[in-house]
Amino acid sequence: MEQKTKLNAENGKQEYVITRDFDLPLELLFKAFVEPELVAQWMGTNVLKLESKKHGSYQFETKDAQGKVAFRANGVIHELIPDRKIIRTFEMENAPVGVQLEVYEFEKDTDDSSKLKMHVIYESVEKRDQVLQYGLVQGINWAHNRIQEVVSHLK
Amino acid sequence: MEIRRDVFQAIADPTRRAILTLVALQAMTAGAIANDFDSSRQTISKHVQILTECQLLIQEQSGREIYYHINAKKMKEVADFIEPFRNMWDDRFNKLEAIMKNYKPKK
Repeated sequence: MEQKTKLNAENGKQEYVITRDFDLPLELLFKAFVEPELVAQWMGTNVLKLESKKHGSYQFETKDAQGKVAFRANGVIHELIPDRKIIRTFEMENAPVGVQLEVYEFEKDTDDSSKLKMHVIYESVEKRDQVLQYGLVQGINWAHNRIQEVVSHLK
Repeated sequence: MEIRRDVFQAIADPTRRAILTLVALQAMTAGAIANDFDSSRQTISKHVQILTECQLLIQEQSGREIYYHINAKKMKEVADFIEPFRNMWDDRFNKLEAIMKNYKPKK
């Protein structure tokens, strides 16, 4: 099966681009990025605050099973054009990767399908690589969790 | 007798994966790593030792402290460097798509 999400991260650059085609009308895709309860569901995090407007800010927090904060992130929205574009900053708290600039572009394909382009820029090449590396470890975590899920269903 | 440790054995343990997740963000001392876990220092130190033995972690002396950082080269043996990051977003977006397909606007 062809993978719907594509990642372009060239060597030695401080940015990457993620593109994805969705079987969703443009309006529904955009809604998933601006409604706090929807963001919480697909990002798998608590949304403490999300002001979906120009100069608005947001804050995410995830706790582990013991109630300890495992992940906290925040940022400011610089531009929000409904069904077209979001420009925001994103900063993971207690992580030395700095602030990243994210440009989301939403585009209609057909009445029932749409496209997302996510352009993410870091302060340096090193910081971008660190984030990609973090994904590597997370990826292993999740792959294992999924294997465990599948295995537990077999029992 | 020396026990042969391989990378896959090392990452099969959830605590060790949690340690890798921590250290991936910044180099840390064994003490700092242990502070993030409820397990005893000895237990965490043992996990760090195993990760170091199979070269997933590298030790670096800085003054009197030993810092551990992730060995990206070795990690690449486990998986392609970028693929898991792409997978992470693919998972999230699959979830988004599934949620929005069932979305019923509130009246």
